[in-house]
Amino acid sequence: MKQAPTTSTPQPSGQTDRRGFLGVAAAGLAGILLAPGVRLIEIAQAAPANPVTGANPKVRWGMLIDSTKCASGCTDCVTACNTENGLSGGTLPTDSQWIRKIEIKEVKTGKTQSLPMMCQHCAEPPCVDVCPTGASFKRADGIVLVDKHICIGCRYCVMACPYKARSFVHESLSNQKPDVPRGMGTVEGCTLCVHKVDRGESPACVQACSAAGHGAIVFGDLNNPESEISKRVASYATRQIREDLNLDTGVRYIGI
Amino acid sequence: MAHPQAPRSTRAAPPPLQGATPAARQSRFRGVPRFGSLVFLLGLLIGGVTHADSPTSRVPKPVIEAARGGQCVEDPAFMRRHHMELLKHQRDDTMHGGIRGAKYSLKTCIECHASQTTNSVTAAPTNFCVSCHTYAAVKIDCFECHATQPQKTSSLPLAQPVPAGSSLQLGQQQVKP
Amino acid sequence: MKITLRQLEGRSAGYYGLLGALALLTGIGLAAAWYMEHHGHIVTGMNNQIVWGLPHVFAVFLVVAASGALNVASMASVFGKTAYKPLAPLSALLALALLVGGLTVLMLDLGRPDRLIVAMTHFNFKSIFALNVILYSGFMGLVVVYLWAMMERRMNPYSSLVGFGAFLWRLALTTGTGSIFGFLIGRQAFGSALMAPLFIVLSLSYGLAVFLLVLLGASHWSRRPLDAAMQARLARLLAIFVATAAYFVLVYHLTNLYFAKQGGLERFLLLEGGLYTTLFWLGQMLLGSLLPLILLLHPRSSQSRAMIVLAALLVILGGMAQMYVTIIGSQAYPLVLFPGHQVSSSFGDGVVSAYAPTLPEWLLGLGGFAMVGVIVVLALKLLGFLPERMDQLADSH
Repeated sequence: MKQAPTTSTPQPSGQTDRRGFLGVAAAGLAGILLAPGVRLIEIAQAAPANPVTGANPKVRWGMLIDSTKCASGCTDCVTACNTENGLSGGTLPTDSQWIRKIEIKEVKTGKTQSLPMMCQHCAEPPCVDVCPTGASFKRADGIVLVDKHICIGCRYCVMACPYKARSFVHESLSNQKPDVPRGMGTVEGCTLCVHKVDRGESPACVQACSAAGHGAIVFGDLNNPESEISKRVASYATRQIREDLNLDTGVRYIGI
Repeated sequence: MAHPQAPRSTRAAPPPLQGATPAARQSRFRGVPRFGSLVFLLGLLIGGVTHADSPTSRVPKPVIEAARGGQCVEDPAFMRRHHMELLKHQRDDTMHGGIRGAKYSLKTCIECHASQTTNSVTAAPTNFCVSCHTYAAVKIDCFECHATQPQKTSSLPLAQPVPAGSSLQLGQQQVKP
Repeated sequence: MKITLRQLEGRSAGYYGLLGALALLTGIGLAAAWYMEHHGHIVTGMNNQIVWGLPHVFAVFLVVAASGALNVASMASVFGKTAYKPLAPLSALLALALLVGGLTVLMLDLGRPDRLIVAMTHFNFKSIFALNVILYSGFMGLVVVYLWAMMERRMNPYSSLVGFGAFLWRLALTTGTGSIFGFLIGRQAFGSALMAPLFIVLSLSYGLAVFLLVLLGASHWSRRPLDAAMQARLARLLAIFVATAAYFVLVYHLTNLYFAKQGGLERFLLLEGGLYTTLFWLGQMLLGSLLPLILLLHPRSSQSRAMIVLAALLVILGGMAQMYVTIIGSQAYPLVLFPGHQVSSSFGDGVVSAYAPTLPEWLLGLGGFAMVGVIVVLALKLLGFLPERMDQLADSH
């Protein structure tokens, strides 16, 4: 805490009395403000990841997708995402798609491959920068979400996303999943199954891919050196899509 | 700024002016009696207010359907006044903080308050949310996005356990271990 | 020489007919907006590949023109060209009306227009959209004060100061509008520092074209003939702005053509883009730039009021085409995630997206123009925005 209060010598004008009082008051106030803060910092840094208390800033959720294990034409991850989040699964230009399979062929060599594309959960998300109301935001644990309570449906984030990750809801919806609110006039995208992550589970796409035996997607905490994903990104050559944009995506790929 | 006018002698006689005072005679609203209008408007207002709750009123009073759980997280009077603030603050905690299943979670509200017959809070006019909101003429925005029906099995515990010996049962709600 | 401002008489059948038609068109536009809000954007031609459609084209054009419409007043108050002083109130009125019309279309096209209060109370200041909300509203307030300073005799000494403020604010506003596109890194067509200055020059061009149209129309119908020298000055000024805008477009495309990675986009816009290529060459360059330049600079046509009106109309049409190519063409061209690769997916990756605006979008956009018309036509009758006599303007000081 701060120094002991100083006694002021009596002056005819009373100026030093006032100054002295202000000095003591400021010191005391600073002390009061600082002291609890010191205690809270200790507690916050010591706390483990707890689903009930929500997003932990020490965690950074990410995914590693091995494109070499991705079969062309396989859409297990897409189906799982649609089921989990209550999406229609339709592929009309106005239908929402949170994850899609992209078939790639190199023009010069003819080499083909396949991979799923979804919101990359960038550390420097352009969609967050451009949202006028702050509805598009990055949670403390790195998951990029749309707060549909304040989304005004301007679609600027859809314009800004380099990965075309976001969809706009063009018509009235009903029978939403209770864990996944979605509504007309707002923008949505892959939430990394945040409702499952907060319960300690993995996203639906990851679970479906491993349940089907493909094992192309790994999910985990990129900040934890002991996690499976961290060990893999440290040992294999992994890349981000559109790396030159320097967005530091949470989703990485092997084989591109 | 006035338009150039023809000399007075060649203009037709102006129409007779109405109004009690010279100002009223000049006003563009001359011809509309002021005191009479005031009485008329007051009559409408008083009539509307006094008839609101009477049997002759056409707006049905809200039907508070019994909820499934034992006790709400707060008492009804507090909830009527503050539920919108509670939800508004809780939504930020859930969205930005990732805190789920808290005391004022919307999902757990619906799990208790969904109608026993329609299993929804908005399906029929007597269902919980819709009933009061129709009466108060306040549009509910929540269910543009949020599900109106509880999940079949909830992964989160209900807000309050049923008191022992209560006549109200929890029904098929299960709590995942 | 003292300039007297005077309202229009505004009691003729023609006046009421025009006002009525514009009001009707505005009402239809509002009804179209209600229809879009009620049913969702599914009733428009927009989809998840083209999220900003025709209403945005109209809205951005109107907003850009709004900033440029104030130019005549700025020239009078800020740059000391006192010959334009009598026309300054009309210029400010038009700036206000165009901005109101443009913003109305923009806000009614939102997915949740009922959440406008949210947009006015939650600000993410890193977003140029949020800054624009403040820039647009501030501009409206500033222009109102500017009008007051110009039209209230006791405030006249302050009109230069307020005019200077409005001029600076205008530059910031148009920079903000251009930066909506300039700040986007994801799309091939954007992410360029050139966007902001391009939009400033476009604003001068579009704004003056609209101003000329309104001025010539008002002067003709209120039987206050416009001084031929002033008409020639404005026509020459428009030609300069059109030429400068064309220069910026040239530099933009030349630079893009120089970069290998932008080759695909340029081939699309300039050659293989179908509608977009047609709109660029025929709409933007031929009708919107070359033809007006000829009309405005040729010794004979530059004196004819009809030819000047035609030139202004062509500039506006060309401007709309330019906005269409800029906003929609850039969305139609697919995002390049894997350079050098051919991609396909269920979400339109790798293919040029189709877009066909539907009737509600057209009605909303045209309703925006109609709203500008209603405001201007009404305002000219209610207050004195036009000088009583406009046939001796070039000599006035």
